[in-house]
Amino acid sequence: MGKAFSKPEVMTDNYTHYCPGCTHGIVHRLVAEAIDELGIRENTVGIAPVGCAVMIYNYFDCDFQEAAHGRAPAMATGIKRVRPDMMVFTYQGDGDLASIGMGEIIHAANRGEKITVIFINNAIYGMTGGQMAPTTMPGQRATTAPAGRDTAQTGMPIRMANLMSEIVTPGYVTRQAVLKPQMVNKCKKAIKKAFQYQMDNTCFSFVEVISTCPTNWGMTPIDALKWAEETLLPYYELGDYKTPEDA
Amino acid sequence: MAKVLMKGNEAIGEAAIRAGCLNYFAYPITPQSEVAEYLSKRLPEVGGVFLQGESEVAVGYMIFGASGAGERVMTTSSSPGISLMSEAISYIAAAQCPAVFVNIMRGGPGLGGILPSQGDYFQATKGGGHGDYHLLVLAPDGVQEAVEMTMQAFGLAEKYRNPVMVMGDGMIGQMMEPVEFPDDLKTEPTNKDDWATNGMSTRKSKKSNLVKSLFLDPAELNQHNLNLKAKYEQMKKEDVQYELYNTDGDYQVLIASYGTMSRVCRTAIDMLKAEGIEVAMFRPKTLFPFPEKQVHDAAVKDSCKCVISIEMSMGQMVEDVQRCVMGKKPVEFYGECGGEIPSPEKIIEIVKELIG
Ligand SMILES: Cc1ncc(C[n+]2csc(CCOP(=O)(O)OP(=O)(O)O)c2C)c(N)n1
Ligand code: SF4
Repeated sequence: MGKAFSKPEVMTDNYTHYCPGCTHGIVHRLVAEAIDELGIRENTVGIAPVGCAVMIYNYFDCDFQEAAHGRAPAMATGIKRVRPDMMVFTYQGDGDLASIGMGEIIHAANRGEKITVIFINNAIYGMTGGQMAPTTMPGQRATTAPAGRDTAQTGMPIRMANLMSEIVTPGYVTRQAVLKPQMVNKCKKAIKKAFQYQMDNTCFSFVEVISTCPTNWGMTPIDALKWAEETLLPYYELGDYKTPEDA
Repeated sequence: MAKVLMKGNEAIGEAAIRAGCLNYFAYPITPQSEVAEYLSKRLPEVGGVFLQGESEVAVGYMIFGASGAGERVMTTSSSPGISLMSEAISYIAAAQCPAVFVNIMRGGPGLGGILPSQGDYFQATKGGGHGDYHLLVLAPDGVQEAVEMTMQAFGLAEKYRNPVMVMGDGMIGQMMEPVEFPDDLKTEPTNKDDWATNGMSTRKSKKSNLVKSLFLDPAELNQHNLNLKAKYEQMKKEDVQYELYNTDGDYQVLIASYGTMSRVCRTAIDMLKAEGIEVAMFRPKTLFPFPEKQVHDAAVKDSCKCVISIEMSMGQMVEDVQRCVMGKKPVEFYGECGGEIPSPEKIIEIVKELIG
């Protein structure tokens, strides 16, 4: 009998450093499966963010560069422009991409860089200990919003997929989640599609993934999944926001 | 090759192409925007990459990405732009990637002005970005050297896997001079197999490569910094460049000066010589590594009464000169930095005051 389940070839044997119940691990696996299935490992370079996934390169056996906080799309641009034959992807958190790196992501998308962006939206800064992110929900507690996010002071949470879909340059923009098995399967398809668009030199591709941060949300992993579904999904609606065919 | 008349900024762009650099990312800023304008036309002609980034912050990382991927790459900017790139420069130095940054300095701090200055000496040689790192800094004194140093910079960046800065000023960028492009400075990129993230398929080992600057283990970070330090020590041994002018005879004063300022000093020295006053000049061509021994030796000569650092700044290189002269001779300073370059007459006046 053949193996029903095995580790993707591009993944290393290392244990991940993520907290129990954190969904970063699931998304890593989906990216790895996409790379394996498309057979692109040998000419792929990933860009590690600043945030909990900064050591993503410990879990992937392919080339990686590590960017500064928010600058991954600019770094990816540099690589892709000088080596258009390579597959370049960034993996970024919401603090990284929607706060300090807002300029870099918008302009990379607007230039139509043929790169793939995996954007983990867990509505908080994970690595630095739960500070407010641009994606934090109204009233959601964070270490820098101890009474809950006050939108009169800080504005409303930024919906990156919605924002990115407003860019006129053709692109693939989708919002997915990894809170349930069906969602995970859909997310995998979206990630693979995003890479496929890059392989075909079609367009910039952007996959936002609604994720959890049980540690900084102060919840059990199960409660975190439930809270994300009840609180995040109504505001961050799932689905494709833009495809190159729309253009 | 015959000499051609070219504007400094355009000559720098052409020099990069001739040194085999076909990748250029930049953001416009006076007084160096002509480099980008020139290369936006020239690079497509030679099959190269030209991209105007959205900011100097982004451009710094475009450079980082491209150099990490093993390609020869350059950007040019001017003082406020270099400040914004300093974040990337620190990361690139830490990640040990070769890249060339050209700074055509203008007056600062802040928006300052758009005329030439040498106010970025501290930033270039003592940091700029965070952490214990150094750039190899080349300081041309005109268009010809700007060309030669731009061409050298790629080889040096690759030799050390370190960012190299060519630091001119608005005068060098804007003036036109006859220039000759040397063929013998054309170098080939070195083997990138050990480190470049250019795809596992490109290397025999099939090992994946990683370009990074994070070392959470204190012992590992310490060792990393020791390795970087060893590289800077090697630069000091192998790649110091300088010029001594009129040092053969007995001089009363030693002028320390670099870049555009040194050309005015040279004129002043010639004029003083005609009056029978002997003055010499020490000109660092590498600001880091600084020619420590050479300025010391020139200063301690018996006839030399004092050293004066003359700069288009309020006194920056003078600190290195003082450090190297080690109190053996008095070290004075004269500088202007509104964008006007001190005249030979002014320098003559200052020298005469010094020798009383
Ligand atoms: C320039 C800079 N500013 C701040 C930091 C500190 N920092 C590290 S991770 C982080 C937040 C990351 O949050 P996010 O991108 O949402 O990723 P997560 O940790 O949630 O996966 C911050 C602010 C930094 N490393 N660099
Ligand atoms: S802090 Fe949050 S995002 Fe980071 S690993 Fe832990 S659960 Fe995941």
